[in-house]
Amino acid sequence: MAGNLVNALADLKEDEALKIVKDRLNAGEEPLKILEDARKGMEIVGKRFADSEYFIPDLVYSGEILKAVTELVKPKMTKAAESKKLGKVVFGTVAGDIHDIGKDIVAFMLDVNGFEVIDLGVDVPVQKFVDKIKETGAPVVGLSGFLTLAFDSMKQTIEAIKDAGLKNKVKIMIGGGQISEEIRKYTGADAYGKDAMAAVTLAKGWIGGK
Amino acid sequence: MERKWEELSPDERQEVLFERWLSPKDHEGNDLKFKSPKAEKAYKERVTRLKDAIQLKKLPDRVPVLPIVGFFYAFYAGFTPKEVMYDYEKAVSAARKYVLELEPDFHMGAIGPGPGKFFDILDYKLYAWPGHGVSPNGTYQCLEKEYMKADEYDALIQDPSNFYSNIYLPRIYGALQAFTAPSLTNVLEIFGLAFNFIPYGLPPVQAAYKALMEAGNEALKWAMAMGAFNEEIAAAGFPAAAVGMAKAPYDTLGDTLRGTRGLMVDIYRQPDKVLKALEVLTPIMINTGAGAAKGAGLPLVFIPLHKGADGFLSDEQFKTFYWPTLRKLLMGLIDEGCIPFLFVEGSYNTRLKVIRDVPKGKTLWSFDTTDMAKAKEMLGDVACIGGNVPIDLLAVGTPEQVKDYTKKLIDTCGKGGGYLMANGVALDEAKPENVKAMIDATKKYGVYK
Repeated sequence: MAGNLVNALADLKEDEALKIVKDRLNAGEEPLKILEDARKGMEIVGKRFADSEYFIPDLVYSGEILKAVTELVKPKMTKAAESKKLGKVVFGTVAGDIHDIGKDIVAFMLDVNGFEVIDLGVDVPVQKFVDKIKETGAPVVGLSGFLTLAFDSMKQTIEAIKDAGLKNKVKIMIGGGQISEEIRKYTGADAYGKDAMAAVTLAKGWIGGK
Repeated sequence: MERKWEELSPDERQEVLFERWLSPKDHEGNDLKFKSPKAEKAYKERVTRLKDAIQLKKLPDRVPVLPIVGFFYAFYAGFTPKEVMYDYEKAVSAARKYVLELEPDFHMGAIGPGPGKFFDILDYKLYAWPGHGVSPNGTYQCLEKEYMKADEYDALIQDPSNFYSNIYLPRIYGALQAFTAPSLTNVLEIFGLAFNFIPYGLPPVQAAYKALMEAGNEALKWAMAMGAFNEEIAAAGFPAAAVGMAKAPYDTLGDTLRGTRGLMVDIYRQPDKVLKALEVLTPIMINTGAGAAKGAGLPLVFIPLHKGADGFLSDEQFKTFYWPTLRKLLMGLIDEGCIPFLFVEGSYNTRLKVIRDVPKGKTLWSFDTTDMAKAKEMLGDVACIGGNVPIDLLAVGTPEQVKDYTKKLIDTCGKGGGYLMANGVALDEAKPENVKAMIDATKKYGVYK
């Protein structure tokens, strides 16, 4: 009953989802197939969030269910999961700012929409962004920030990316709390996204266009 | 003969608190001596202006303006946030400079930066602050964690005092790790009496009590400096907007007990316990807010709203978990004659229909990114609204842009009174000329004819 896990996860039925996973593992099913269904369920969660059917608590809870599913499945895995991704996005909350909820939501939405998110965490030093872009060759960078002090951190990060000669290799998007078109201009970013879906649309536009 | 507080209706209590606000006392309990008749007149006009805007009975003379500032005046006066946290005289001189030079109708005192040394003494864990976890030029940032565990709802519900003093406080104050509050309900007769006091003989517990006393000394020192500033600046004609503070019970649970993620998962896994805990926290919040407001003789109770914003909960979740106890809090404060002053962070476009269920002329809602035309339309007949001057504009825009934005807000929301000019979220770094433009434009375009 492959469809069941997809729906149980999409409908946030934790007990049901975990029971299905246990049953399927006991029946000797390939763990990767179970994870693939879980991924499909999360894709539906992401879609419902984009359609304003789901809200932040629903996303957070779906993440908790997925964590529990993964914990059940992981010990039985023999080979690593491989996934085809649209492209890489280097992502993080800028220096001086430790807010992570907005960043995590955007990372989640990019992930379920097929991007490989290289999440650098919070309070990310300018140089770390530059190094990671060089190392991964990611064509898109996302800078998150909640506080007003993030305006200057974003500006400095973008200047450092320019100074490293990477500006024509990456597109930079910014977002979070009080970020606006005004701040986009101030920081020199390529675009600003109002919400998580805007980030997905921007990344698709840039990576799809290459 | 003067009637007792218990005998007054909520309306009468509100009038008493406004009367006390209009006729402030000094720290010795005598009538405050204003610097000049002009200062006294300005003070009374300012309070009356906001009173009229809130009560929706009379048209104010003009739109009142109240910038909600965090560390703004530190930057304004050329100090780092760390300096004003650790040197109360600097905090006061910075706040004084800001109020006297930019002349907002209301101010939030010099308390914004908070007492750095007090936090140090207690080794406070809930926040990072300038010079302690963030750079001296940074601002506060909440260090969210599950300070209350998922399986501790019963402990909170059954005995909140015990939960706070013996479980929660030791977690959020490093210096109080060994703290234990007197357990005196099990003191019986004479023979066993001494056993209950054994913990207070143990060195770690004694160290915790010593830290408490030191923290108390520091808190007192800070509070004296802050009180003196409020008195001095009131004498110059500038009233403080609010001293009391409370929080929506859902935010109390989500911000500093269970954490955002923890609570979001709890509303799925243990919704009944969440609801019970919210009920337990509600009277605590009412008493916290009303107690401070009545003590200070200042009716406004500042209530920052966090986790009920658009997107943070579904409609159904908002109506189930957020609004019922927030409304109880508002009604409890209103009963005590207070004016809940809601500082609504994020956007509230989908909540307007729900929150308009409040008694007319008793609340003040300052919004952040909510659609102000819609807010005026939905709430204009029941509550004073305000806010919305964007912090990004104040940080990087021009005075001309700020002036235009302010004027547009007055045109959209000022009609018929019931409007307060304020910025969307707390102001830290912003161009002084932009803050000035917001204040000046309100004075110029906000006059009711």
